[in-house]
Amino acid sequence: MNRLQQLFQKQQKDLLSIYYTAGYPNLGDTLKIAETLEQNGANFLEIGFPYSDPVADGPVIQASSKQALDGGMTLHLLFEQLKDLRQKVTIPILLMGYVNVVLQYGVEEFCKKCREVGVDGCIIPDLPMYEYEELYQPVFEKYELSNIFLVTPQTSEERIRKIDALSNAFIYLVSSSATTGSNLALSTQSSDYFKRIADMELKNPFMIGFGISDKATYDSANKYASGAIIGSAFVKNLKQDDLEGSIKEFMVQFSV
Amino acid sequence: MNYFVDERGYYGDFGGAYIPEMLYPNVEELRQQYQRIIDDEQFKKEFKALLKDYVGRPSPLYLAKRLSEKYGANIFLKREDLNHTGAHKINNTIGQILLAEKLGKKRIIAETGAGQHGVATATVCALRGLECVVYMGEVDIKRQAPNVARMKMLGAKVVAATSGSKTLKDATNEAMRDWINNPVDTHYIIGSVVGPHPYPDMVAQFQSIISFETKKQLKEQTGNELPDYVLACVGGGSNAMGMFYHFIDDQSVRLIAVEAAGRGVDSGFSAATTTLGKEGVLHGSRSILMQTEDGQVVEPHSVSAGLDYPGIGPQHAHLFKTGRGKYVSITDDESLNAGLLLTQYEGIIPAIESAHALAYLEKMEFKGGENVVVCLSGRGDKDMETYMKYFNL
Ligand SMILES: Cc1ncc(COP(=O)(O)O)c(C=O)c1O
Repeated sequence: MNRLQQLFQKQQKDLLSIYYTAGYPNLGDTLKIAETLEQNGANFLEIGFPYSDPVADGPVIQASSKQALDGGMTLHLLFEQLKDLRQKVTIPILLMGYVNVVLQYGVEEFCKKCREVGVDGCIIPDLPMYEYEELYQPVFEKYELSNIFLVTPQTSEERIRKIDALSNAFIYLVSSSATTGSNLALSTQSSDYFKRIADMELKNPFMIGFGISDKATYDSANKYASGAIIGSAFVKNLKQDDLEGSIKEFMVQFSV
Repeated sequence: MNYFVDERGYYGDFGGAYIPEMLYPNVEELRQQYQRIIDDEQFKKEFKALLKDYVGRPSPLYLAKRLSEKYGANIFLKREDLNHTGAHKINNTIGQILLAEKLGKKRIIAETGAGQHGVATATVCALRGLECVVYMGEVDIKRQAPNVARMKMLGAKVVAATSGSKTLKDATNEAMRDWINNPVDTHYIIGSVVGPHPYPDMVAQFQSIISFETKKQLKEQTGNELPDYVLACVGGGSNAMGMFYHFIDDQSVRLIAVEAAGRGVDSGFSAATTTLGKEGVLHGSRSILMQTEDGQVVEPHSVSAGLDYPGIGPQHAHLFKTGRGKYVSITDDESLNAGLLLTQYEGIIPAIESAHALAYLEKMEFKGGENVVVCLSGRGDKDMETYMKYFNL
């Protein structure tokens, strides 16, 4: 069992996960941000490896990705930066990025490296389900990585069941059909959707992400899910000249 | 060997639908419906009628006499430049707007580079009274002011893509993001044989009218429906796919696809995808694209905005990899000179994209008497400023 699976075995309520882009705001900040987030209450993390054409992302993550790439971030460098990850960080870590970057690195090599540095799973939003099943799943299993699938309000029940069968950690519920960072208050429509999923009694717990930006949206997501994932709001708040301070300041609202 | 799409949306190793879950329902709806709609008799009738009465089809197949003498072969030009709005792009937008209506969509989005596809989309939206939003790179908006004005006059909203390199690939990203955010009422009209399955197949089918007509016209004019060569330029590859479509299974017909070498394939300013690219995923399909070792998409360069794209459609990747098609490239200079040559030999000012295909004639060796068809994908009106600067006109 990887760290992520262990976490969900222990706790299925009030989880907080933070997404950030590797290499932003400074190329060398990747590990420092992870450490600071753990110290300030994050339960697990998603580290984004940047891609030049991130179609599922809104302006904030597009900009952070571009800045990271311009600064010299690559997947090779990211694994280099994560070499000492497990000496400094104990919470589960996911890598998140687009399929082309993984393809060029090599699927087997990528998974092997993830395992080596202590990464627990991946979110690859543009990896088709059939391709995961045929080509990726055996490799993911070999290296004990969890693949996280997204579900949207438009995803059919049949497809959600299939995703549930293929998942072994949690399912990522996209709050509304939107790119990341869209400033949507969670509506009654979205609570109907969360309830519908909760009523399906899936074998996997689910986390809600996209549009979660503060304590209020975090709390409303928590009513239905095991927790929530915050990305753009966190990234937007990072300050280059006061990295730790800005992280603390953002995280304090979630501490009880 | 099968050169057409299989049930799973692949051409050999290429194609598929590499899209985030947020796009899955839209693309899946299209995948389930497109062939049924295209094969519907009523749809076929409407499509044919509009191509004839509105676009002005069939486009002529013209035997270019003086050019033929110069090269020592029978050079036929398939005159897509004579279509309404001045390029082959309208064949696809007519097909897709009818399809969007059948799907009950109320709002149309599109990406554009040079503005030709944007104009062709804005045109059919005006024709059918649908809302139209066109994404265009901020850099291209500055380069292509007349087409921006045409789109606006046609009632479209032109939105600047300010992300990334601010050109065609970024406009495509923005259009995809729009579609993610508007999953129910919107249809995305992609302008070339790129994107997730079923787009490459659907666009190829709409453009296949080019080779369908060519076969008939050649038969009438020469007694033989099969030429020795067909040539077309490749940006994403839609006019080339249309030109190749009905000849692909006739092995005696040699298919030549001409990419843009820009300032030269080794100059760092090129769009010669099959030479410089590697297999990967861009805009929802597995194909060949120009990228760094890390899998970051590289910004291409070509004097012709329509060929300024870092990838090619998956069917082209398959034709290239299997050797069925020959993929070559032509530089900025060679294409501009070929544009001038056609103008002075035949009185036709071609789009600089199409001039790339014409320029390759210079590099071919003919025994004499071969029949060669070149797809003249568009007219050069939009390129006058570039021609003027280059030739000091
Ligand atoms: C006249 C003309 N030819 C060719 C192209 C390239 O597109 P494709 O490769 O899809 O035919 C364009 C694109 O704008 C064009 O305007």
